[in-house]
Amino acid sequence: MVPQNINVALIGNPNVGKTSVFNQLTGLNQQVGNYPGITVEKKIGFCKLPHNIKANILDLPGTYSLNASSIDENVVIELLLNKNDKLYPDVALVVTDVENLKRNLLLFTQIKDLEIPTILVINMADRMESKGISLDIPFLEEQLKTKIALVSSRKSLGIEELKELIVTYKSISAEPCLNASVIDKEYFNNLQNAFPDQLLYKLWLVITQDVNFLNLERKEIQSSFTKSHTELKRLQQKETIKRYQFINDVLKEGLSIDSSVARDFRSKLDRVLTHKFWGYIIFFVILFVIFQSIFDWSSIPMDFIDSSFATLSAMAAEHLPAGILTDLISQGIIPGIGGILIFIPQIAFLFLFISILEESGYMSRVVFIMDKIMRRFGLSGKSVVPLISGTACAIPAIMATRNIENWKERLITILVTPFTTCSARLPVYAIIIALVIPNHRVLGFLNLQGLTLMLLYLLGFGMAIFSAYVLNKVMKISGKTFFVVEMPNYKLPLFKNVAINVIEKTKAFILGAGKIILAISIVLWFLASYGPGEKFQNAESIITAQEKNNTVSNTELENKIASFKLENSYIGIMGKSIEPVIAPLGYDWKIGIAIISSFAAREVFVGTLATIYSVGGSDNETTIKNKMQAEIHPETGLKVFNFATGISLLLFYAFAMQCASTIAITKKETNSWKWPLGQLIFMSTFAYLVALIAFQILK
Amino acid sequence: MRTTISSLRKNEKAIIKDFDIDIIPLKLLEMGCLPGNTVQLLQIAPFGDPLYLDVNGSHVAIRVETAKEIEVELIKIVL
Repeated sequence: MVPQNINVALIGNPNVGKTSVFNQLTGLNQQVGNYPGITVEKKIGFCKLPHNIKANILDLPGTYSLNASSIDENVVIELLLNKNDKLYPDVALVVTDVENLKRNLLLFTQIKDLEIPTILVINMADRMESKGISLDIPFLEEQLKTKIALVSSRKSLGIEELKELIVTYKSISAEPCLNASVIDKEYFNNLQNAFPDQLLYKLWLVITQDVNFLNLERKEIQSSFTKSHTELKRLQQKETIKRYQFINDVLKEGLSIDSSVARDFRSKLDRVLTHKFWGYIIFFVILFVIFQSIFDWSSIPMDFIDSSFATLSAMAAEHLPAGILTDLISQGIIPGIGGILIFIPQIAFLFLFISILEESGYMSRVVFIMDKIMRRFGLSGKSVVPLISGTACAIPAIMATRNIENWKERLITILVTPFTTCSARLPVYAIIIALVIPNHRVLGFLNLQGLTLMLLYLLGFGMAIFSAYVLNKVMKISGKTFFVVEMPNYKLPLFKNVAINVIEKTKAFILGAGKIILAISIVLWFLASYGPGEKFQNAESIITAQEKNNTVSNTELENKIASFKLENSYIGIMGKSIEPVIAPLGYDWKIGIAIISSFAAREVFVGTLATIYSVGGSDNETTIKNKMQAEIHPETGLKVFNFATGISLLLFYAFAMQCASTIAITKKETNSWKWPLGQLIFMSTFAYLVALIAFQILK
Repeated sequence: MRTTISSLRKNEKAIIKDFDIDIIPLKLLEMGCLPGNTVQLLQIAPFGDPLYLDVNGSHVAIRVETAKEIEVELIKIVL
């Protein structure tokens, strides 16, 4: 018989260090994907256990209980209810934080009721001494009918012992540790008698939760055993009280805290970080540092990548045998790939900062101090997290709105999040700022280009807040406002967690965007290299005839032929036909093509221009930036990327909805085409008008 | 006037008495906000809302409108 991998599920409340335990067990041996049909992240890792046993470790979304209030939490229940799922755990690890054991055990007692062999992992055990906590492990193991692993994922303690324990999963008790059905004996007895083959707690979950389980039976169970919403909730409250009674009784004996030992670092830090003056100052200083550094620190690796690809392109053209394929590689594919790889430094920095803010526990304090202010605009304090992580990418940001309990606040957050400056806008901003804003320092330390970038970010936030305010006034949706935020302990971010997060996110971004950009670059190259009709075919003779009487050097003549060809290529013809629409904004047809192609994804803009200019431009200029700098408008003789056009472009990209993936995710999360289409039309029209006004004033 | 969490002063401790179950989200109950448990007001956000509480050992923030619905009995601190 082939030894099968055992399935281990990691379950736990948010903020207990579940992901660090996962990283400790699996290292970099992880796969991140999605659950079928929904955009909940699915993380599976592999782990070698002692005695040659291998395990698939599944990191389930964090949840406070099995009463789900979001699709992330639903994933946990659906997996645990479905014995036929191929990831159904042979053993469950419930990860808890030693300082929050009481609350964390609530979920543990629920998992036990599902009769899955369960190991209780008590994390952050290294803090026990400093907090004056002591545990009676044998007593707890007996009362909770489990095996306990004391670990510190932070200090890598107890991980080997945990692995040893997982191997013995067959001998771990699958018995429930309390009987919650005593809260309403008659009701639960009837329920069990009606479905004698099913686990009582599973039936109860099916009644109370919106999960897909035994679809046929579900209707049956519900029709005969359903109760009013209030009655059900009352029973759930009783159930929760019952569980806490049990937990309190167990911990009274099994856990003691010597509070004289505990030094309260947390409350001191809270006092500063949530202070009515310093709290906000610190928050804005952090944001400021992030945006300055994204621009300043990443310019060195970016310049390096840019010039490396220019060299690579030149080398390919020189060393490969001349022909169409070489042209495609040197003018289409290499500039296209370079156009995306160049943003790795900036994107990595952004993800680095965001994951540090989240890991440290600081993000919850921001939610706390911003809630009252955000509510004035129809948002929630929790909207701050999507708005900040929207600076990385709107897609995870829109998914992060799931924990906003109030539907109206959540919908408004989803609708305005695409205004925040996402990392896909960065490449566009970066190159245009570099072209039209002088690289000066003001007041000795503020880089003018960095300052412009910061202004663009503020503009994005400002627009998001302003539209939220308008939407809040216009939309007539009422709902109860629920707002419950856990304020986790402060933690020094773990290098390993942050590093894995940054690598995973950056990789996903590069691969996802890279595919689109590469495809578009190739298509563009074809469209730019071929054209219909006589003019394109006979470009050489037409131009030579035109220039017969002028004295021009050979290179100049070649350049003229190349740009004539480009104008009469397929893409040139398309671009020329849209020129009347975009000319009032200060754009030529090449920029027009770049804008159109970037409706799929914003970052395509730079790659498109890189490809178009590689085909049509002079060969003297190597990097994309220099090529754009050298571009001269054929009629006016002025630089194409002058100040007015640059500002107009920056504003257009700040406001326009150019991202197919965001439209798709908004559709998914709001379950309607109405909202994403509204977003697309409103944002793009607004962008056009603002860019138009700006150019007409500045030109 | 009945005493609720929203009428506590900073650092005051109280015992949770009663609340309307329809108004209080289940998630808050799961955090330990249940009759008989203790609650302490740790911080008040700038502008007076939300409130940062220690409920039964869990640290959570809730809005004043929710806190108003949770009746409590102040624990007299004897020095």
